[in-house]
Amino acid sequence: MGKIRIVHYLNQFFAGIGGEEKADFKPEVREGVVGPGMALQAGFKDEAEIVATVICGDSYFNENIEEAKAKVLELVKQYNPDLFIAGPAFNAGRYGVACGAITEAVQNELNIPALTAMYEENPGVDLYRKSIYIIPTKDSAVGMRDAVSKIVPFALKLAKGEKIGSPEEEGYIKRGIRVNYFADKRGSQRAVEMLIKKINGEKYETEYPMPDFDRVTPNPAIKDITKAKIALVTSGGIVPKGNPDHIESSSASKYGKYDIEGLMDLTADTFQTAHGGYDPVYANEDADRVLPVDVLRDLEKEGKIGKLHRYYYSTVGNGTSVANAKKFASEIAKELVADGVDAVILTST
Amino acid sequence: MVKEIERAGLPVVHICTVVPISLTVGANRIVPAIAIPHPLGNPQLGPEEEKALRRKLVEKALKALTTEVSDQTVFED
Repeated sequence: MGKIRIVHYLNQFFAGIGGEEKADFKPEVREGVVGPGMALQAGFKDEAEIVATVICGDSYFNENIEEAKAKVLELVKQYNPDLFIAGPAFNAGRYGVACGAITEAVQNELNIPALTAMYEENPGVDLYRKSIYIIPTKDSAVGMRDAVSKIVPFALKLAKGEKIGSPEEEGYIKRGIRVNYFADKRGSQRAVEMLIKKINGEKYETEYPMPDFDRVTPNPAIKDITKAKIALVTSGGIVPKGNPDHIESSSASKYGKYDIEGLMDLTADTFQTAHGGYDPVYANEDADRVLPVDVLRDLEKEGKIGKLHRYYYSTVGNGTSVANAKKFASEIAKELVADGVDAVILTST
Repeated sequence: MVKEIERAGLPVVHICTVVPISLTVGANRIVPAIAIPHPLGNPQLGPEEEKALRRKLVEKALKALTTEVSDQTVFED
């Protein structure tokens, strides 16, 4: 086999095209390596060559998934690669979703071995782990070197058509696939051994982990919305101008609670976004585009809703850990319940 | 966040652009939005039209809150 031909996928940021203001960048291809492709290429040495890099803006991809996918597939196909690599996306949510979607499409529609890499909390993991190989990375580009060192050996193995072992052996994220094998000991013996370990408080590994379906049953609908007190919550980072609580533009460690009593409309002079994960121009111009206070005031006046709750809550959902988001929301929810709120509108960017 | 609010007993509607993400995070009532940097607006429209668009989305969200659902539901048009 000659040199393995690879096509690499990057978002607009890692390709050096621009930040959020360029997130609507349409799919394009460049010959050879771009950005992090250089680190990968260095890792592959002479065994493989990144022949082309496909670039697409994260917002464009996520807002136009089908068109973007079709276009990227077309660009990848032209180069007839032996392997496709997307990312690493680290903890960038839209990038992770794009990497997952396009890796799945290349694998299933072009029948080309493909993989991607991202942080385990990236929403792309939950969406695509079952169908594709995802190499876990750190949550930011600081982990690039580490990611490359994990991607390279796995990628070569995959491209050469070698047998891919279990997630534990190979280091990819579990796909929930069970493979039959002959064990040395019979089931009853293994079960008793596990039980003894458990009783002794030792670590043991179950052979059948229960899937973690953390679903919450929907609450009953609001009977009479014209009497209901409705609260606004957002992960889009809308804050009073100046961001008085200094909510971080990414990986937020806090949320804000803001009084909107008597406020009819959010304006460029009074509100802004603190979010660093999308182009802030539109939200800064008119924050109602993320937090629809103006419309809810109209509906309140017209008697179509009972009342808009006096406070809204806001955080930045950009690379924010699931644990923090959970903590924020459960504190917020407790207050909302105590304040007699009946229903919540949560907006996300 | 949606899930924790729902868990606390409050019906919640998630207005967001990337519906697949909303589905994986476990939102039960979902209203698809316009675009990532302006989920409830469209800067290309005039102010009147834009507000009308926003109102339609909010009304759809209110409708979602008054609709019984037994499972994750995306409220399209």
